[in-house]
Amino acid sequence: MATKLASEPSERPARRTVESVVIRFAGDSGDGMQITGTQFTQSTALMGNDLATFPDFPAEIRAPVGTTYGVSAFQINFASYDIMTPGDAPDVLVAMNPAALKVHLKDVRKGGTLILNTGAFNDRNFQKAGYKANPLEDGSLGGFRVLPIDVSKLTLNAVEKTGLSQKDALRCKNFWALGLMCWMYGRELQPTVEWINKRFEKRPELAAANLAALKAGHAYGETAELSGFESVEVPKARSSPGIYRAVTGTEAVAWGLVCGAHKAGLKLFFGSYPITPASSLLHTLANLKQYGVTTFQAEDEIAAVCSSIGASYAGQIGVTSSSGPGVALKTEAIGLAFATELPLIIVNSQRGGPSTGLPTKTEQSDLYQAVFGRNADTPVPVIASSTPGDCFYVGVEAVRLATKYMTPVILLTDGYLANAAEPWLIPNVDDIEPFPVSFDIDPEGFHPFRRDETTLGRNWATPGMPGLMHRIGGIEKDYNSGHISYESNNHHHMTKVRAAKVNGIANDIPLQKVASGTERGKLAVVGWGSTFGAINQAVARSRARGLDVSHIQIRHIWPLPRNLGALLEGYDKIIVPEMNNGQLVTLLRAQYLVPAEGINQISGLPFKVADLEAEISARLEK
Amino acid sequence: MNVQTPVAKLTPNDYASDQDVRWCPGCGDYAILKSVHKALADLQAPLDTTVFISGIGCAARFPYYMATYGFHTIHGRAPAIATGTKLANPDLDVWVVMGDGDALSIGGNHTLHAIRRNVDLNLLMFNNAIYGLTKGQYSPTSKVGTRSPSTPQGSVDQPVNAILFALGAGARFVARSVDTNQKHLPEMLKRAHAHKGASFVEILQNCIVYNDGAFSDVTERDVAPDRQVVVEHGKKLVFGKDGKKGVRMKPGALELEVVTIGENGVTEADILVHDEKNRAMALLLAGMDGGALPVAMGVIYCNPVESYDVAVHKQMREVIEKTPAIEFNKLLRRGNTWTVNT
Repeated sequence: MATKLASEPSERPARRTVESVVIRFAGDSGDGMQITGTQFTQSTALMGNDLATFPDFPAEIRAPVGTTYGVSAFQINFASYDIMTPGDAPDVLVAMNPAALKVHLKDVRKGGTLILNTGAFNDRNFQKAGYKANPLEDGSLGGFRVLPIDVSKLTLNAVEKTGLSQKDALRCKNFWALGLMCWMYGRELQPTVEWINKRFEKRPELAAANLAALKAGHAYGETAELSGFESVEVPKARSSPGIYRAVTGTEAVAWGLVCGAHKAGLKLFFGSYPITPASSLLHTLANLKQYGVTTFQAEDEIAAVCSSIGASYAGQIGVTSSSGPGVALKTEAIGLAFATELPLIIVNSQRGGPSTGLPTKTEQSDLYQAVFGRNADTPVPVIASSTPGDCFYVGVEAVRLATKYMTPVILLTDGYLANAAEPWLIPNVDDIEPFPVSFDIDPEGFHPFRRDETTLGRNWATPGMPGLMHRIGGIEKDYNSGHISYESNNHHHMTKVRAAKVNGIANDIPLQKVASGTERGKLAVVGWGSTFGAINQAVARSRARGLDVSHIQIRHIWPLPRNLGALLEGYDKIIVPEMNNGQLVTLLRAQYLVPAEGINQISGLPFKVADLEAEISARLEK
Repeated sequence: MNVQTPVAKLTPNDYASDQDVRWCPGCGDYAILKSVHKALADLQAPLDTTVFISGIGCAARFPYYMATYGFHTIHGRAPAIATGTKLANPDLDVWVVMGDGDALSIGGNHTLHAIRRNVDLNLLMFNNAIYGLTKGQYSPTSKVGTRSPSTPQGSVDQPVNAILFALGAGARFVARSVDTNQKHLPEMLKRAHAHKGASFVEILQNCIVYNDGAFSDVTERDVAPDRQVVVEHGKKLVFGKDGKKGVRMKPGALELEVVTIGENGVTEADILVHDEKNRAMALLLAGMDGGALPVAMGVIYCNPVESYDVAVHKQMREVIEKTPAIEFNKLLRRGNTWTVNT
């Protein structure tokens, strides 16, 4: 039934072309800004632009309407070239009420465009947002191109015929705004039309109303005399050939874990407990039952990890996920998996801390927790994803390491990676080398801690296997028999063996490469995790200005790549930008005795390219 | 599974591992171990599909003494780990061994939810009303006034009634027995095994070192007949040395009372008949705490419904039938995609 809609740019005069645009949609958390942003992202991806997004929303589900703390935002950066961040400063801010303007105006580029829903600009909302006067009239918006539109009223007019109540009708205004933005940037409406039809399949009146609002917004751009505002074009990006889709880090991690389980020849068990921003992984995997996935919403974080360990014990790959506070609760159980040498994956979507901290904001402050945060000598491999698409490959790698080395593996993402989207060149999974698990089936000389001589991984025998009955547990076991042992020399030896096993992984991971720049030089910028995009662009721009700076992004946080120490010695200075108070920098200094210095931003927001560029310049001018 | 059925019949000794048992001499755990060996031999339970999972505490050493599969885990978490094991391989017979601190204190939440979900696990709780392995502190089942290193003047908090707790969590099978009752206990274990779903068994167990005689007022041979009523489905709740005592509903009240048959006009017809499917009766029986009323031994409640693991796998099969998996490469290419040409 969906009518084919196109923006028909050919009927209009040739449009101005721009290389990149950053748009931020902002409104009340009930205004549907995340949906608006996601739909605009889908259309933009299908147009062939490169893009990066940054959803930013409050912890409160529906904070009081009109307040600054209830503002939810979605930023998208799209371009005709390869981009890596959601953009430093928005070129366009779409603000659905005064509070949204109040919160986000400070970020907008000088001379940028403000599209303001004047329907919500009234005294009550000014007061709630903390404005003493109407910002449209007090001169505070000087220096910006302001487009005041009564989106509320125009939406009500557009959906009048559908017979919706005023309250329901007003809820369509996000699609009106989306329609206008689609006109302004030549985005096709069709993907959104299809989405609306599917989303409101059982509520045709709502589908009709939202479609009407969408088309009305688009038509408004086409027909209204918007002096100074025109439809612009962002040409396609020149990407590598292949089939693309937009992915969030959560989707990519889910697919990576499932793909990894398939490569290992195992079923996947996912035990989890709801926590922001990790819950979406549980939701995604709950819809992949057909692919050998069991999901279990446990009674708490501890049961989540324990059920996963129980599943690994029975021969599946157990995976659990959480954010920092939840991972803290799982700590003892991770020690059990380490001691019993069972495979286990812990996905930590890091968020602002300590304690409850900033649940919906991003941070990378759980590196210490991941590397060091357990009682006793309990080293576990830690890997970190750097982009939403990279989450797929890191998911596969986590399964490979956990099963090959019979160890818990911690996979670090963060709130930004979990929610952000980017175009993803879809891989052919057949190109990924399988790593099938071979279970121990040989009763001859069997004991549960028999090891592979090369990897030191213990053999994996599972309940149900005839003739291999055995007992494992958290008590120290004898190296030669696997029986419990309190013997002092044996404990010393077993501790060394377990450490050697994990350290040995350094021989099974790629050597550290330089992401951009040279292998020696004046300055190395060393990053990990989701700072990849910002660092990469800052280094690229600095190099374009002739500065001698290189970018190193570390995926394997523990054990570190075996050439990393030698590589770092090749630079005069090393800086380590992190969204924490300095964690990787401490690790690098401790491991390699190098004079690395931290660049730390703990604002709950990703780095801005310009800020890092300034830091690079400052270090090289010192 | 392609397993050759052993020709020789398994004896109780075949279920014992080659490890030396390290409980204190005289510990009630020895008797329970013996009962478990006997029950498994009676069932001819295959060694390779039987798993014992435990937490931490004296009781939790249990798996090391079994010739089956075993997993000695961490304090209080055995039900959670066992839930994952059972979901991952429903063919396994999973037994969970817990102490009272393990099951009702640090692991109370997991016990609650394993029972509530009705995971097909045999949950055995060895209740000695004391923390043995940490040298004698009072436990969540200790009577008020228990003197221990941590309560030198006596404990002041109320104990939890394990069976009422389990019923409150929605248990579909609860039973109680005594460590040394080598006739009764194996039968309870076999009933627990036969019940598909979470089976909760409280075993009164004597800690000879830190809480010797904690249950002797109920379990000692000379007092047991008058202090216990052994409940059996369809049989009258009669007890006492001469079999003349009985439990009946107190006329005009929602409570039980002990009566003597032949006295005050009481006849056998007045005595309650145990109905193990009756939850209201189970709650009344579970509440009998050995004060004016005897302690109930036996299967107090057994009323099976579909177990969680069965429901989970049924749902997974339905999903697979309704929307079968597509090739993984196709999954990744489903939905909105676009192609970039050279």
